Amino acid sequence: MTEYVHPYRDAEFLLSEIVDFDGLCVSASLEDINTELASVVLNEAGKLGSEVLSPLNVVGDTKGAKLEEHGVAETEGFSDAYQQFIENGWGGLTADEEFGGQNLPNVLGTAVDEIWHSANMAFALCPMLTKGAIEALTHHGSDELKTQYLEKLVTGEWTGTMNLTEPDAGSDLAAIKSKAIPEGNHYLITGQKIFITWGDHQMTDNVVHLVLARLPDAPAGVKGISLFIVPKFKLDDQGNPAELNDVSCVSLEHKLGIHGSPTCVMSFGDNGGAEGYLVGEAHKGLPYMFTMMNHARQTVGLQGLSISERSYQQTVEYAKDRLQGTRKDGSRIPIIEFPDVRRMLMQMKASTEAMRAFAYVAAAEIDHANNASDPSKAAQHHARLELYTPIVKGWLTELAQEVTYLGIQVHGGMGYVEETGVAQHYRDARILTIYEGTTGIQALDLAGRKTLLNKGEHLANLLDEMELVANELNDQDSLKDLSVALKTAVATGRAARAWLLENAETDKTAAGSVAYHFLMLFGFLCGGWTMAKSASKAKALLEKGEGDAEFLNAKIITAQFYCEHLLPRVHSSFETIKAGSTSIMALNTEQF
Amino acid sequence: MKILVTVKRVIDYNVKVRVKSDNTNVDLANVKMALNPFCEIAVEEAVRLKEAGTASEVVVVSVGPKACQEQIRTALALGADRGIQIETEDMPESLNVAKLLAKVVAEEQPDLVVMGKQAIDSDNNQTGQMLAALTDMPQGTFAYKVNVEGENVAVTREVDGGLQTVALKLPAIVTTDLRLNEPRYAALPNIMKAKRKPLAVKTPEELGVALKEHTKLLKVTPPAERSGGIKVSSVDELVEKLKNEAKVL
Repeated sequence: MTEYVHPYRDAEFLLSEIVDFDGLCVSASLEDINTELASVVLNEAGKLGSEVLSPLNVVGDTKGAKLEEHGVAETEGFSDAYQQFIENGWGGLTADEEFGGQNLPNVLGTAVDEIWHSANMAFALCPMLTKGAIEALTHHGSDELKTQYLEKLVTGEWTGTMNLTEPDAGSDLAAIKSKAIPEGNHYLITGQKIFITWGDHQMTDNVVHLVLARLPDAPAGVKGISLFIVPKFKLDDQGNPAELNDVSCVSLEHKLGIHGSPTCVMSFGDNGGAEGYLVGEAHKGLPYMFTMMNHARQTVGLQGLSISERSYQQTVEYAKDRLQGTRKDGSRIPIIEFPDVRRMLMQMKASTEAMRAFAYVAAAEIDHANNASDPSKAAQHHARLELYTPIVKGWLTELAQEVTYLGIQVHGGMGYVEETGVAQHYRDARILTIYEGTTGIQALDLAGRKTLLNKGEHLANLLDEMELVANELNDQDSLKDLSVALKTAVATGRAARAWLLENAETDKTAAGSVAYHFLMLFGFLCGGWTMAKSASKAKALLEKGEGDAEFLNAKIITAQFYCEHLLPRVHSSFETIKAGSTSIMALNTEQF
Repeated sequence: MKILVTVKRVIDYNVKVRVKSDNTNVDLANVKMALNPFCEIAVEEAVRLKEAGTASEVVVVSVGPKACQEQIRTALALGADRGIQIETEDMPESLNVAKLLAKVVAEEQPDLVVMGKQAIDSDNNQTGQMLAALTDMPQGTFAYKVNVEGENVAVTREVDGGLQTVALKLPAIVTTDLRLNEPRYAALPNIMKAKRKPLAVKTPEELGVALKEHTKLLKVTPPAERSGGIKVSSVDELVEKLKNEAKVL
């Protein structure tokens, strides 16, 4: 089994050529931060990922977390790895300097997070959830709560969790029933939460739960949900964890994948109520969750990239080693030489590189939105970011299913047995289209809130930008084919946008019926756009005689493959979209 | 106590080494480079001595083109205090490096020089010894354990057949073996701090060293490709093949 190696060349290429990392740092007034430093940071993170986290990936899969008498026991070795992870300060990469973070750009945080999730996704979920808690507290917590909890979360001394889902409240958070009763300077929380990632473990002295619950006077529905902090151990006067709070993990889910990540059923208030503290204002819990949504959803999209990269690396290695068939001279043939295996490897490679390019572009948009010099610019960037987020989450995670599927297919029967390890990626990837909002939810978000609500204006702006890239490509001789392919795909994107705007008015089920294909169409289009851009930059570098010619040539060929094999899916998606809702909605429920 | 640590920029140990098509050298174009693992151990040892309060300053020096500043920065991120780069066009051969280092030693007056026993690119294992000769300092090579006690340093060396401990009078030179320590990973906050640590650039002219060619690289060829193994059907056949084909019996 192969260990993970960070694809640093692609990361460095994208940072310098596609997202203009240096320019981004200047506009954020980050002196001293540039691509050179980013390379060093990525290199060091890559070492820890390859040497410490990656070897534990299979251990987490085969010896997952267990619920014992005193709570959840994480996979052996995870605790030491976690200590090393936090001692090296990786948890605070993008956090505020005031609370011990390094205040580095989000796009660099994303590039580094790719490493953790590739190396060991089940493990990386823990710091990922902590990051969510850090964001919630940074933006909405009182100074007192920040003082008590924020620095410990940034350093990773304590970890954070998100307690949203309940047995009857999944995608529909309006149905949340957990209660919070005011008592003195705190609240007593009661209720059950499910699917709580890393809800309990023994790696740190405390676990800080962020919990959605209702106050007694709360209005019904989404406007009556408040956000609370509930620590596993209540803090003493010095701020140290002391008495155990009335919260515990009562069961662990048995899952298809990510066995190293404990998925907990959490029970609050079995003995009267867990002490909790209100974050921000009452009844604002859901809007607070939405402020973190762009980042959280993009990070899950990124996991799709990470797991695809891991599967790809392992599969390439196998295809080079596996000998099947004999040449005339008697020598055996590695399967990487067979065209159909090539097709699968190229599809994995092109998908992964397109995902990475688009994930970086979307991550940089968060930086642009945060750093914009004036409100109108900020609004533009924010609108673009809102558009990108469901595509990153929906498309990257759906594509990851295909890439990890191909990983097994190249291995043949050896991939179906667990020993080769490539099946783990397929199983681990399966959760990605589900948690943090299913693909269906992302698709509705893109078609509804992000398109119909602004009459398709934001999408039109993006399509115009794509068209510009297609035109630029037309001026570069050898990239003419890419230009034509992208141009045609952009035209289809425009047609799909127009179709949705027109039909959503007359048919109430139209948007919901075509949303998935709409999402996938724009996913493959965004991939085509960023790959075409990459090819153009690669060609320019080659002409200047700069960079690694082998890498840059491969980039152009990979972009070509993408435009020939993946970009045409834009058109087939549109064919389906045009069919609208008729056959989808025609049958009676009884006819199923 | 001041420690001088030498570091070399070499091809990353994970990279599959390729030979240039004209067999003049190893192909280093666009290849991932890294800190020589033995030098990394040297940096780690020096930083540990500083953390233990034995050393007060760790100065790291590298010889080579500007790119080797990356490796100096890595050493600074691991805990060294300041860096010196001696700018040369190519990577000079060992004796030239030793002569340049001797000048740095004369300027810096370190109490201890810690070096990797060899670099994984050319595997010469000689610069430390040459520097000891040029500076007339005692040397403790292939260090397995280093113990500074007052005016002396006890160096336990890995030698054929076991370990040997020598006592050297400071200032001295120690070259590190693989088992001396396990180097740490650079922490993110230290990577950030390393950017602001001082790094001086010097030229061989400034140090008064004229680089001379003492050896000539004639040809570089990759090792012969391994041919596949075969299965033998009996012990007799194995013995026969070992005798007549492999000619080892």
